[in-house]
Amino acid sequence: MKKLMTGNEAFAYGAYLGGVQVGAAYPGTPSSEILDNFSRYPGIFAEWSPNEKVSLDVAIGAAYAGTRAMSSMKHVGLNVASDSLFYAVYTGVKGGLVIICADDPEMHSSQNEQDNRNYAKFAKCPMLEPSDSEEAKQFVGMALDMSEEFETPVLVRSVTRLSHSSTPVEVSDAGPPPPSEETPFYERDAQRYVMVPANARRRHPLVEERLEKLADYAETIPINYIEPGDDNLGIISAGVNYHYAKEVFPNATFLKLGMVYPLPEKLIRAFADRVKTVVIVEELDPFLEEQLRLMGIQVKGKDIFPMLGEFSPTLVRDCAVKAGLIPAPEAPPEIKVDLERPIRPPMLCPGCGHRALFHVLRENGVLVTGDIGCYTLGSAPPLSAMHTTGCMGASIGVAHGIDKAGVKDDVVAVLGDSTFLHSGIHPLIDVLYNQGNTTTIISDNSATAMTGFQEHPGTGKTVQGQPTTVVDPEKLVRGIGFEKVDICDPYEIDQMEKILQDHLKSGKPSVIISRHPCVLHAKEKHTPPEVDPELCINCGICLDVGCSPLIQEDEHVRIDSLLCNGCGLCVKVCPQEAIIEQ
Amino acid sequence: MTNLDFLMAGVGGQGTILASNILAEVGLQLGYDVKKAEVHGMAQRGGQVDSHVRWGEKVFSPLVEVNKVDYIIGFEMLEAARFPQFLKEGSTALVNDYRINPPLVNLGKAGYPSKENIESLLLSRAEKVFWVEGTGIAKELGNPAMVGVVMLGALSNLVGGDKEAWLEVIGQMVPQKFVELNKEAFSEGRKVTG
Repeated sequence: MKKLMTGNEAFAYGAYLGGVQVGAAYPGTPSSEILDNFSRYPGIFAEWSPNEKVSLDVAIGAAYAGTRAMSSMKHVGLNVASDSLFYAVYTGVKGGLVIICADDPEMHSSQNEQDNRNYAKFAKCPMLEPSDSEEAKQFVGMALDMSEEFETPVLVRSVTRLSHSSTPVEVSDAGPPPPSEETPFYERDAQRYVMVPANARRRHPLVEERLEKLADYAETIPINYIEPGDDNLGIISAGVNYHYAKEVFPNATFLKLGMVYPLPEKLIRAFADRVKTVVIVEELDPFLEEQLRLMGIQVKGKDIFPMLGEFSPTLVRDCAVKAGLIPAPEAPPEIKVDLERPIRPPMLCPGCGHRALFHVLRENGVLVTGDIGCYTLGSAPPLSAMHTTGCMGASIGVAHGIDKAGVKDDVVAVLGDSTFLHSGIHPLIDVLYNQGNTTTIISDNSATAMTGFQEHPGTGKTVQGQPTTVVDPEKLVRGIGFEKVDICDPYEIDQMEKILQDHLKSGKPSVIISRHPCVLHAKEKHTPPEVDPELCINCGICLDVGCSPLIQEDEHVRIDSLLCNGCGLCVKVCPQEAIIEQ
Repeated sequence: MTNLDFLMAGVGGQGTILASNILAEVGLQLGYDVKKAEVHGMAQRGGQVDSHVRWGEKVFSPLVEVNKVDYIIGFEMLEAARFPQFLKEGSTALVNDYRINPPLVNLGKAGYPSKENIESLLLSRAEKVFWVEGTGIAKELGNPAMVGVVMLGALSNLVGGDKEAWLEVIGQMVPQKFVELNKEAFSEGRKVTG
């Protein structure tokens, strides 16, 4: 039977069928649903780790003990986890270890569009790249087998367009293999698992030998194959790009690569000898292209296709026409009407507690170093109240650095609760230790909201719904030595302003926990207020909070009661008291 | 078996994704190869949400291509107006007669295109534009979130396929306690194009 699954659902299904017993991840678009889905299968252990590095260490530990394990993350998550990836390649593993990382070409929801295929080469770790959900399911199983056969972690690369597309998956497969009767056993082998220099020096040649063996293996693995067609044009592609290329070059001869590192050199040479022109269709970096050029094979690639952004059948066709590879399709009727179509940027949701906080920060003119989460939207106009955002956990260190540079502005770091637990603790320690006076605001909505409300160590629940110890940010920051700590509901804007000013003037390192649970997650809704048209002078001050239900009309402002959450922020900011709570 | 490409365009929170999931599943039930892709921004609510659904004998790309889309289903007027270049000549547009202002319009810094202009824009390629009181009908039935099912009802007449097959998928995919109400929404949608 066939069932439609997203790539992420299929990865989880493949991990389950492949006998993965331990799965760990930190949520990040477009990878979050892999662990979400995996956690619902019976008889396995799944966890949201505080960050990607922890999740990979957990998976490595399980694999050391001979258990099959998975860690999944978005592309930039592998930056966080990369230290662990590199040592695990040296030590190798016993049980199969698959690391699924999801790139985000076009940066639909990311700060960069790094091409994580480079990590395979960098870390000397094999990488598979499925092109649809059926392959996502199958490749996870193959990666686990390969991992055990070659005693190495195996990377599986996804992209947004695979993770979030739905394609049919065969689900009549038998279930997972029965769990082993034996108790997992950790073999104490310090020469292998303790990466002090002397041992690491002994492991490195094994890593190089292993790569050579994997390259031989890539020659015969059935997921690298030639699809015969018209040999005048030979297309090499992998992942979702293969499908775009199939739409555009239906008759060409194809080399479809399921394993993108290391490459099958003999198979590639045979392909190149067979076809007249070799064209590589690959998104982002010229990863395959550079390797083929080093083999001395003449190819077309980035001279035709861009290095930036996401591909699509439209883009591949346009580039192919421009390069003269295919004739131009018949021109469709021209679109004559030229319409103004204002963009619809993402905004903080109506009722969001972050909005009230950013309103206060803007009104107080502070310089805000920000972080990664829903609250990054506080940087967008009309709030425009965040001035840096780089990566997870960067806000506090950047604020401390700006202070130490001698900037006279009031500087405040803002990060969310999940981001704080991900990588905000160490920079806070730094502020204390190095005599900083940064004020850090943890904008706590009690969920990993942007990626879909996942639990985290502060929520009191595990991914599998078990009640657990709550890591309380207040106790935590007091525990590391912060003396000036306050908690405030951002809806109370006057009190928030008072606390903010008190902290800024104190000259001490401090933490404010701005706490209001995500209204979408908590399903909090109040009766929308109404505008009194007699009192409203249409000054537009309420519009500056950037809340979508507030609409400026000719005579006065109106509130769309269908969209409004009834939080009352606009009631508080209206200088005419024209917005009336109901 | 003819290939059919659909493009659904709406605003986060309108139920565009659920409707496209239903449409993809219906295609599978009718015996097509099916692929579906979503394009959505980083906001939970209020951002642009587009969904591509493709039915065919063999479908490669999950993304539709410009000049090739058979049906555009706009959950919001302006969102429908963003994609005329995707439509093929002689295609059909179904547009929910409903407006959600983008922030710049709310702030008085940009205009919202008129319904007439949106219609003529779509007619540059489409043969016919159906205006559907989708949100109106769904609200009247008691839940504006059912707009997607109203739109699917309107679409089902044009695309064909056994009505029962559509209803069965809807029954499986909407929350259990709203199944009957959604079936009603589907029937109301069918009347628009029937």
